[in-house]
Amino acid sequence: MTKSLVSISDLSKEEILALLEKAGEFEKQPNQRLLEGKVVATLFFEPSTRTRLSFETAVNRLGGRVIGFSDAKTSSQSKGETLKDTIMMVSNYADLIVMRHYLEGAARYASEISPVPIINAGDGANQHPSQTMLDLYSIYKTQGRLTDLTITMVGDLKYGRTVHSLLEAMQYFNPTFNFVACDELKMPDQYKRFCDKLGIKYTETTEFSEDIINQTDILYMTRVQRERFSDLMEYERVKSIYTLRASMLENSKDTLKVLHPLPRITEIDQDVDDSPKAYYFQQAQNGLYARQAIICRALGIKG
Amino acid sequence: MIKKELAVAALKNGTVIDHIPSESLFKVVSMLGIKNLTSSVTIGFNLDSEHMGKKGILKMADVTFPQETLNRIAVIAPTAIINVIKDYEVVSKHKVVVPEELNNIVKCNNPKCISNNEPMRTRFHVIDRENIVLRCHHCECTVHQNEIVLK
Ligand SMILES: [Zn+2]
Repeated sequence: MTKSLVSISDLSKEEILALLEKAGEFEKQPNQRLLEGKVVATLFFEPSTRTRLSFETAVNRLGGRVIGFSDAKTSSQSKGETLKDTIMMVSNYADLIVMRHYLEGAARYASEISPVPIINAGDGANQHPSQTMLDLYSIYKTQGRLTDLTITMVGDLKYGRTVHSLLEAMQYFNPTFNFVACDELKMPDQYKRFCDKLGIKYTETTEFSEDIINQTDILYMTRVQRERFSDLMEYERVKSIYTLRASMLENSKDTLKVLHPLPRITEIDQDVDDSPKAYYFQQAQNGLYARQAIICRALGIKG
Repeated sequence: MIKKELAVAALKNGTVIDHIPSESLFKVVSMLGIKNLTSSVTIGFNLDSEHMGKKGILKMADVTFPQETLNRIAVIAPTAIINVIKDYEVVSKHKVVVPEELNNIVKCNNPKCISNNEPMRTRFHVIDRENIVLRCHHCECTVHQNEIVLK
């Protein structure tokens, strides 16, 4: 059976765990010819080199072939073709479509009309489930478990879709969250209500203190973007408060890992890179294994 | 009392929708496609109501609507009461019921939603029946009752 993946909430707890196990197998052996004879289309209506290369590498290492485009300017969309027509045309050629689009809901709509499965590689500010899967895999791999962890999220908790999806996905694993953000970028009420409803413990503060870091298992840093601020002075102030420096990790747990969806701007000082607790570069690499697992699920390949 | 009765002529057969919030009345009118009806229709606007302050009422001769159509009204007029009239008698009287899903009725408020950029039907899930909160099936944004725009 083939299955699209549009939103992290499409996955049950069992499916998440099965994907993580599969990702673990691909990490041990990334080159498996499971996609022999398959064609995967990567349709990037909005450019994202990082995500596209990760998906295309995943297909190549599985022995499949890739077609597609990396920018809507070179595609027929620029000639005014509807998304539906593009999807119908490409589904004549490909067994699976990986798509990124600047419009929210584009992947959900594509999954409703497409005869082949769709993997959402980001739809505007909405969903990016393969990022969440690689975050979960990174947490699982570094902590040896997903259950009973304290996860501290720092930076832009208002617009940062990665933190929202991670929060939703962690609902099955009894997490404790610390939300650290300035008032302008704090966690939206709907996600706090989500936690309340499910009995998930959380704290909320504007102070990025060592106290909080020292209780943390996973320190999830996010990018604070200048565009979010009307007042540039305020941006400069916030930017420096929510920057992680190596000295702040001195008394943290030995097992603490620092994650960041990348690219970073200044949220993590360069001096953290040398710490064994810095995990963001490996985290990005884990994206390959997570995406290999997602592609196999989409095509119904057990392997 | 008699004066009030005379203000709006009694119906022999048809449908009366009462207790429509005044601010939603004309949305209901367009939702039901009343301007395309050929039978007589009385539209009451800003009538005094004991419970609601001001209310709207629609009296439509010789028409009945499928339940599904009537339930759509619930999204913008959750207080509405449907009366079906036969031979000057009210043969059924019930409140509208908020459906679980709205197909192609409401417009998404997110300009970056695919449904506002592609010729397609919209789809919303009613995630809070009491306060009427909708979630777009496509972009997943939420729309509150006072923000609802009909397609
Ligand atoms: Zn929408």
